[in-house]
Amino acid sequence: MHELSITESILKIALRHAEQANAKRITRLNLVIGELSGVVGESVQFYWDMIAQDTIAAGSELHFEHVPASLRCLSCEHVFPMDGKSHKCPNCGQSRVVAAGGDDFRLESIEVEE
Amino acid sequence: MKVPVVEQIMSANDQLAAANRARLDEAGVFALNVMASPGAGKTSLITRTVEALRDDLRIGAVDGDIATTIDADRIAALGVPTVQINTGGACHLDAAMLQNAFAQLRLKELDLLIIENVGNLVCPATFRLGEHRNVLIASVPEGDDKPYKYPVMYRGVDALVLNKIDVLQAFDFDVDYFQQGVEPLNPGLAFFPLSCKTGEGLDAWLDWLRREVIERREMR
Repeated sequence: MHELSITESILKIALRHAEQANAKRITRLNLVIGELSGVVGESVQFYWDMIAQDTIAAGSELHFEHVPASLRCLSCEHVFPMDGKSHKCPNCGQSRVVAAGGDDFRLESIEVEE
Repeated sequence: MKVPVVEQIMSANDQLAAANRARLDEAGVFALNVMASPGAGKTSLITRTVEALRDDLRIGAVDGDIATTIDADRIAALGVPTVQINTGGACHLDAAMLQNAFAQLRLKELDLLIIENVGNLVCPATFRLGEHRNVLIASVPEGDDKPYKYPVMYRGVDALVLNKIDVLQAFDFDVDYFQQGVEPLNPGLAFFPLSCKTGEGLDAWLDWLRREVIERREMR
């Protein structure tokens, strides 16, 4: 549901940067999307085609680089993926761990035609 | 041609949230965003909190729901100004909705604004409103595995309430397993096991909130 407003934000940011670069058309957007960001790439794609159609981003392609959620063990520094069941370190068994990645949600770059 | 952007996507909502925050600060209001899944006890904790603090603090409430005014009516019945936001299907409150609610409140006459978000363990985490603190209410019947299944929600909060501890035994809820799930996501998170029904544990929660409101006031 909330992906619509997020998709509108992506469009706004992309159009602003395209204008600054004097671009005629946006052909591709490179997005980084972390597992802990709470955003579903497929839904963004669904709305994208709808809201971009009357802009210079019409027909552009969204590319998602997915960053998995990971944890880092404070005892042995081992970094491991979050599996949804346990947060214990699989290497040393300690449970003092911190989140180490997956919060990202940003527009990294756009590809344009001048 | 490739144009580097490197911009956080949430910026539109974040900017509005920052504007809300500035208005709250100017009016001297401490805003608390209450999030939880449906049925965890958001309205119950809010009514308990209002009853306990209304003699010391001037409290207002904003209540977000997909439909109906059932929750807002419960809070308004306690004699505090309450604004209902019906999101019309949307699964969370956003900064623009809160901004609209401000128009119906006399912010300068409040010390504490309690915002009840839409019952949902996923979406509200992504949308900042301009609040000073976020509290998540988990409840025993939901099960002790929720931090593992909904890590995003547990990550971005300042306090965690575990409600309905009066039924811990009936649900085989393992508090240690629950807390072990929370700790890596949000180290040192303030944790308040309580029961809105019996009142057990409420004092620690109320002390925390009172302290937060006072600290904010002294920072002005």
